[in-house]
Amino acid sequence: MRGPDVVWYLGVAAVMFSTGALGVLLRRSPLIVLLSLELMLNAANLALIAFSRGHGGGAGQIFALSVMAVAASEVVVGLGLIVAMARRKLALDVDKLTSLRG
Amino acid sequence: MTSHLVLAASAGDALTWVVWFAAALACVASGVAVVSFSNPFYSALALIGNLASLAVLYLLLSAEFVAAAQVLVYAGAVMVMFLFVIAYLGGRADAPWAGGPSLNRVAAVAAGGAILVEVLVAVGLDAGGGLSHPAHVGASFGSPADIGRLFLTDHLLAFEITSVVLLVAAVGGVVLGSHARRLQAEAEEAVPARQPVPARDEPPVEVPAAR
Repeated sequence: MRGPDVVWYLGVAAVMFSTGALGVLLRRSPLIVLLSLELMLNAANLALIAFSRGHGGGAGQIFALSVMAVAASEVVVGLGLIVAMARRKLALDVDKLTSLRG
Repeated sequence: MTSHLVLAASAGDALTWVVWFAAALACVASGVAVVSFSNPFYSALALIGNLASLAVLYLLLSAEFVAAAQVLVYAGAVMVMFLFVIAYLGGRADAPWAGGPSLNRVAAVAAGGAILVEVLVAVGLDAGGGLSHPAHVGASFGSPADIGRLFLTDHLLAFEITSVVLLVAAVGGVVLGSHARRLQAEAEEAVPARQPVPARDEPPVEVPAAR
C-alpha cells in the first residue's frame, strides 16, 4: 500500500467525526445540524473503508454503501420535517422546540 | 536498474503522500467550515467540497466504486436536495460564536474534544500493530464487479433491506410533505376565526373529521 498507513486515514476520520459532533451540539439551526450529521456519517464511512483496505476484505465497502443509503433516507425525512416546521411557521431553532420535553 | 525501480517506487510513494495530505487538509478544513459558517448555504457548499475530497481519499484506499457512488449519490443527488431546501427556506442561521461562551458551548466543545482525544488515543495505541501492515489486495479490489458480486452473494440481505429502507423513507417524505400542506391550510384558516366568537345557540358547524 503506497503512501500513508490506514492509521492516518483513521486520524482524519476522527477529526471529521468530532467536528461533526461539535456542530450537532453547538449549532441551533436544524439545517446545519443535519449537515453536521452528514459529516459524522461520512467520517464513519471513511473509517469503514480504511479498515476494509487494511483487512483486504470488501465487507467494509458494502457497509459504507449501506450507510450512504441510510444517510440519504435520513436526509429525506429530516428535510421533510424541517419543511413541515417552516410551513407551520415554527422557529427554525432546535432550542425552541421543547414541546416533547417532559 | 534496481535503483531506478526503487526511485520510481519512492517517487510514487511521495506523490501519494502529497495527494493524501492535500485531500486530508481539504477534508478537515471544509468540515470546520460546515460547522462554522453562519449561512447554511455556504455550509452546504463546504460539505460538497468535503464529500469531493473524501472521494479522493477513497480512491487512495482503492475503493473506486464507493468513490464514484459518493460523488454521484452524495455530492450530486443528496446535496442538490439540501441546497434546494435551503434556498426555499432562505434566511440565515445562528452565528455559532456570537455572544461569548455559555455553559452549553463549553460543554459542547469539551464533548467534541473528548471524542477526538478518545478515538485518537485508541487509534494511536494500535498504530504499530496490525493496522500498519495492510493486506495485499488484487487489482479487482473495490471494483464494481467485486462490489456487485459481494452484494448479490454474501450481503444479499443488506442489499434487500437497503431497498426497503429507501422505499420507506420515500413514503415518509411524501407523507410529511402532504401533512405539512394540510397544516399550512389549517393555519391560514385559523387566522380569521379568531375575531368574533359565534353565538352559543347556533348549531355547531360540521367539521369534516381529519383522516
